Amino acid sequence: MAKVIGAVVIDTEACKGCDICVHACPTDVLKLNDQVNGKGYNPAYPANHAACTGCKICALVCPDMCITVYQYKPDKVA
Amino acid sequence: MTTSVITPEEIIKKGTVVFKKTELMTNNTLSYCPGCGHGVAHRLVMEVIEEMGIGEETIGVAPVGCSVLAYDFMNVDMQQAAHGRAPAVATGIKRVYPEKYVFTYQGDGDLAAIGTSETIHACNRGENIVIIFINNGIYGMTGGQMAPTTLAGMKSSTSPYGRSIPTMGYPIKMTELVAHLPGVAYATRQAVHEAKYVRKAKKAIQKAFENQRDLKGTSIVEIVSNCNSGWKMTPVDANKWLEENMLPYFPLGDIKK
Amino acid sequence: MEDVKLMKGNEALAEAAIRAGADAYFGYPITPQSEVIEYLMLERPEHRTGMVVLQAESELAAINMVYGAAGAGKRAMTSSSSPGISLKLEGISYIAGSELPCLIVNVQRGGPGLGTIQPAQADYFQAVKGGGHGDYRLLVLAPSTVQEMADFVSLGFDLAFKYRNPVMILSDGAIGQMMEKVYLPDQIERLTDEQIVEKYGSWATTGKKNRERNIITSLDLKPERHEKHNIHLQEKYKKIEENEVRFETIQCDDADYIIVAFGSGARISQKVVELGRKKGIKIGLLRPITLWPFPKDIINKLADQAIGFMSVEMNAGQMIEDVELSVKGKAPVSHYGRMGGMIPTPSEVLEAVEKDIANIKKLQEV
Repeated sequence: MAKVIGAVVIDTEACKGCDICVHACPTDVLKLNDQVNGKGYNPAYPANHAACTGCKICALVCPDMCITVYQYKPDKVA
Repeated sequence: MTTSVITPEEIIKKGTVVFKKTELMTNNTLSYCPGCGHGVAHRLVMEVIEEMGIGEETIGVAPVGCSVLAYDFMNVDMQQAAHGRAPAVATGIKRVYPEKYVFTYQGDGDLAAIGTSETIHACNRGENIVIIFINNGIYGMTGGQMAPTTLAGMKSSTSPYGRSIPTMGYPIKMTELVAHLPGVAYATRQAVHEAKYVRKAKKAIQKAFENQRDLKGTSIVEIVSNCNSGWKMTPVDANKWLEENMLPYFPLGDIKK
Repeated sequence: MEDVKLMKGNEALAEAAIRAGADAYFGYPITPQSEVIEYLMLERPEHRTGMVVLQAESELAAINMVYGAAGAGKRAMTSSSSPGISLKLEGISYIAGSELPCLIVNVQRGGPGLGTIQPAQADYFQAVKGGGHGDYRLLVLAPSTVQEMADFVSLGFDLAFKYRNPVMILSDGAIGQMMEKVYLPDQIERLTDEQIVEKYGSWATTGKKNRERNIITSLDLKPERHEKHNIHLQEKYKKIEENEVRFETIQCDDADYIIVAFGSGARISQKVVELGRKKGIKIGLLRPITLWPFPKDIINKLADQAIGFMSVEMNAGQMIEDVELSVKGKAPVSHYGRMGGMIPTPSEVLEAVEKDIANIKKLQEV
């Protein structure tokens, strides 16, 4: 069975670096960036993107709706 | 295994979007502090309205408090109400447009202190509206003063030594209070600080709007939320504190259904 | 066929509200105006026109229900008496700030505080100078007959929607409670929801079908923008002052002494004019129908012919300030008033007028 894999796109400028998604992610994909965004926050970014399953947990708890989540189910090897 | 070599860029290109911001939220940057639960609560209300396809027939009422600017973010027709009067404003709208959807979005100071009368009487009349009630145990917007829901012993700028029950009274459980009223169809308490709670809260909000559609009377959805600025904690610590301190006093679940 | 009835002022106003095509009335009982909501509840306008009538839990709730319905483009109104109007002021300020059209009726009683249930005109300042917080104006209509209690409802709604501004009918317990013959207006059809969208869809919260969302608010945290909003309000008020002044002159043409009085005070003063003229004193009566905007120009013009003015009011002297501002020092202005629910008699007013004229003449001789 093909494993579901995922990816996130984070609106870095909308992110306020609250850190909630980082702690919520069950596969430790996210981290806060050392670099600040235009508002002076340290935005979240997918530091370990390969571990993302597209489970949406980060997006569900994100208060600023910065995260778009994608999922991909690779075809079974024919 | 081919999966290990696919890049995030390819997933984004080939995959399906499983989560994105609802179009019923505007692109204005939320005015709330980092980590504040208001954003999630806003989103859930707007997602439900979008999924029910009622965005063009919904009128929301924003309160006084942190969510006074809710109309900047919620992309439906909105009215801003005087402090505590949102249920009366909603009554006025609903009575002249009984077929439209009307909701209020209020904080604990607005709903459970200055607006107690309006809340109780709208509920008692069984106004066919939805009340979203954000309870974070503090007056956030004015800078962290004691709220009617501030816990015993909890410090705030007007209870700097902690809320003293003999002099300041008990934190009020407003949702339990109005649940007794026959006009209330549905009273529930939810939270949004973790994904499992977010999912449940959305279902509750959906049920509330469905009740309005089905002419059942007042539905009130309390959301126990954080105020990390007012509580003087990091967002993550505030959510932990919420779980350990707020939820024992304000237990989650349906109070009346 | 003319529809003529003998009615109380409060009842005539209530009946006129149904006939004016009002969509909603929200009220709370208080003497001496409770007949308004009693009449409406008895009449069941929801069956006649579809008008909503609701007894709210407080005056605060009632005015905020008006805010909600008015914000949705409907013809909404409330009524109360003095202490109740004080409670409504918060909502009235919000309504003015958000530029919502609505009708507010004050059937005044004596104050301050709980005061008395007898008639008074002591809420003049509250009505015409703003009342609540912030720079705003109400368009204030002052009926002096039961007929005007009825007529001013439709007029009030028309002005409210013309300017998107709250309109107040400032009546008093005497006119609210007295019975007179009244010619009732024809029924005006209530607007349909589609007509409301067509007429007020640019601002009213009717649901954002085929348009961007509408927002009703009085809040703006940016001072630059909020000042602009205030300037816009002031420009609107200026336009109202230019176009909506209403008054009645009674025997002013040859008058050399003018009484200025409104509402019940004007009814009494009309008798004073009659009694005075029998004695050979040429008194005229200027009755402001709009208390705001105030009929400044006509009063100033009358100051060219009159040796003096008297503001007759059932209060300690409130409108006199506007009379003085209008006269601009051209002639002396005095006041005669009773307070606490007392109604002056024509003879006591005439006595005061005679005394005042004697005083003025004495000063002129010096």
